[in-house]
Amino acid sequence: MASLQMAALLSAPSTPVTSDRVRLGPLRLSASSSSAARNGGALVVRSEAKVSGGGVSARGLSLITHAVAEKAAAASSADSKPGHELLLFEALREGLDEEMERDPTVCVMGEDVGHYGGSYKVTKGLATKYGDLRVLDTPIAENSFTGMGIGSAMTGLRPVVEGMNMGFLLLAYNQISNNCGMLHYTSGGQFKIPIVIRGPGGVGRQLGAEHSQRLESYFQSIPGLQMVACSTPYNAKGLMKAAIRSENPVVLFEHVLLYNLKERIPDEEYVLSLEEAEMVRPGEHVTILTYSRMRYHVMQAAKTLVNKGYDPEVIDIRSLKPFDLYTIGNSIKKTHRVLIVEECMRTGGIGASLRSAIIDNFWDYLDAPILCLSSQDVPTPYAGTLENWTVVQPEQIVAAVEQLCK
Amino acid sequence: MAAFSAVKIPPPQFTTVRSSSQRPGSSPAHFAHSPSAFNSISFGSAKSVRSRPLFAVSSDVVSSDKTKPASSSASNPAVTREVALELYEDMVLGRAFEDMCAQMYYRGKMFGFVHLYNGQEAVSTGFIKLLNQSDKVVSTYRDHVHALSKGVPSREVMAELFGKATGCCRGQGGSMHMFSAAHNVLGGFAFIGEGIPVATGAAFSAKYHHEVLKQSKPEGLDVTLAFFGDGTCNNGQFFECLNMAQLWKLPIIFVVENNLWAIGMSHLRATSDPEIWKKGPAFGMPGVHVDGMDVLKVREVAQEAIARARRGEGPTLVECETYRFRGHSLADPDELRKPDEKAHYAARDPIIALKKYIIEHGLASESELKSIDKKIDDVVEDAVEFADSSPLPPRTQLLENVFADPKGFGIGPDGKYRCEDPLFTQGTAQV
Repeated sequence: MASLQMAALLSAPSTPVTSDRVRLGPLRLSASSSSAARNGGALVVRSEAKVSGGGVSARGLSLITHAVAEKAAAASSADSKPGHELLLFEALREGLDEEMERDPTVCVMGEDVGHYGGSYKVTKGLATKYGDLRVLDTPIAENSFTGMGIGSAMTGLRPVVEGMNMGFLLLAYNQISNNCGMLHYTSGGQFKIPIVIRGPGGVGRQLGAEHSQRLESYFQSIPGLQMVACSTPYNAKGLMKAAIRSENPVVLFEHVLLYNLKERIPDEEYVLSLEEAEMVRPGEHVTILTYSRMRYHVMQAAKTLVNKGYDPEVIDIRSLKPFDLYTIGNSIKKTHRVLIVEECMRTGGIGASLRSAIIDNFWDYLDAPILCLSSQDVPTPYAGTLENWTVVQPEQIVAAVEQLCK
Repeated sequence: MAAFSAVKIPPPQFTTVRSSSQRPGSSPAHFAHSPSAFNSISFGSAKSVRSRPLFAVSSDVVSSDKTKPASSSASNPAVTREVALELYEDMVLGRAFEDMCAQMYYRGKMFGFVHLYNGQEAVSTGFIKLLNQSDKVVSTYRDHVHALSKGVPSREVMAELFGKATGCCRGQGGSMHMFSAAHNVLGGFAFIGEGIPVATGAAFSAKYHHEVLKQSKPEGLDVTLAFFGDGTCNNGQFFECLNMAQLWKLPIIFVVENNLWAIGMSHLRATSDPEIWKKGPAFGMPGVHVDGMDVLKVREVAQEAIARARRGEGPTLVECETYRFRGHSLADPDELRKPDEKAHYAARDPIIALKKYIIEHGLASESELKSIDKKIDDVVEDAVEFADSSPLPPRTQLLENVFADPKGFGIGPDGKYRCEDPLFTQGTAQV
């Protein structure tokens, strides 16, 4: 039903991630894939980690299971709506629009989110629809308008604060750490901060060091904060909606290079779980944990690996804080080998924390040391060649799996 | 301008300035709609200010230095008896509470950084007593008295200081983080300046509720007061929020408690232009300078600023010249402030001044005021007893308020949400 088309990310000529079209056959849906509906007409979906392995061979199709929301009666019928195709930034916008329509306390704040429509067009058209106060163009004062978002969250609103680039939110670190993360606790639970902080981050195409930052590693220690990273139009929309509905402060990491991904997503409303990981490709030999853009480098490496006879299990962890130890653990218990592929820098990144969590919880199930491929501890250079060498490339992933599976 | 430039900064000159409005009972039309018009009728005309740097304005309502003819210090008092007693009681509560905090700290009942408000009571009382329950107060680490003025019970504040489970923040906040949802006290912030954006957000929320959600009130917009000090006025968040508040005409009042010192840094050594009220008009809002040792003058200014905000006319910057009688915190040896400066402000103790005013205008008798003193002593004693006898937070409380939705702790290896783990409520679960 749903097919994932990986469109060319940008039309730059010398891109290592080439446009890659993977057409999938019809999805087999696990009939027990949905937990009880919680919110009105929308199903809050919790994916089942296991997919019957019988139909998937090591050389077969990469089967991507989506926990697609469907009414129970239509679970097995082929009459379900075909869905609609859109790009990732449009999916984010759709999610945001639906939530703003549903709840008048949801509002957006950020630089150029209103009349300009957002620097990556995520909020295009929303100011016309909802007005200048609900889609607020702020002056360039990240710390203060993030704090303003927090103050309004404490007093009944549900703001979505956009960092034009995630890196700019370094200026808002005071507010994000002290007030966003901690205020619910220091107030003894009296005030909640249902804020969503979102924006594009990650290494782009020669954007220079300061526009290529990965703030997830800086924010992960902040107590009281949840962090999620979207990677497909489907999970982008679902996570956006979930983040807005959450009573906790959530940081939603988008990636500069993924905004133009195209996918067919369901017409009916769905909300994903913030705390769950996504099974991208089930396998037997090795667990590859990744998120955001590196998912695509991993999937590209997976094709090569499959041709070489390996069967990698690829999990998009999605929830950077907290980790979904259930999905991750089940995978490790099956494969006994772990490779983490991330875009964070080596030191203090998400991979570092994930590694410790795995050692703490699943040490006995490991047959090999955990490998972690991260970006170099280098300010991202401008030159294209140097930039490519700072991030993890598919060849390195292939080599790492071969080493793990020796 | 370099800190060590050749310009000599003269010491503060305490001159009495004739205010354009002589009768305290009149309702001054201070707040004209255009900030420039306002400037010229602030206490001291702008022109005279520019020619001679003015750092302090003595109140002419309660000052003992009567340089004006007797007829201008009108026999009709500025406030009614009820209001005068309310103000007196609130200031005495603030003073007695803080004095008790000092005692308790040195007896080892409270710990950490404790910043006392002695001497500044006129600002808190002058402003906060004009607010409704739904108006918001945002403060700094020197927040005990703001919380008390807003209505948070002394027991809850004292218990919070003792770190007990019955504190207003369950013992999790402490001296610098007083919060009360019931009384709309939005903190209590340890880093200076970080409360100002939060206050701006609360004001934004008030405007949003009115314009988008169409939840209007007959009295007008809910008002937010942001209290902070002179040191904060050199911080970026201050300026950024002045801009945004005026841009969107938010119902907020920026109340600067200029006590001339940021720990050991004199305001004059830290600030290129020490007249903070002037920074309001730079952003398009009125800037007022008021004697913060005079509760009636503060209240007068506050009244006008609050009315402006309620009408949707936007923010006001109010600089209150005030002074803290104690050190920056209970750990501060307070060696840098000169004795004559301290003596000057001790002579302008706002409580003594109001007491004198009340008696001189026949609003109440000495014995009535004494009975208020006694009543407050009892309240504070009771607060201490309550705090003393309250339980410390149990282990089970440790993880309860980290997330509003405890699913945020994530999914454990067994597939269940961590917060479903029975050990979780005992505070011993691994997270």
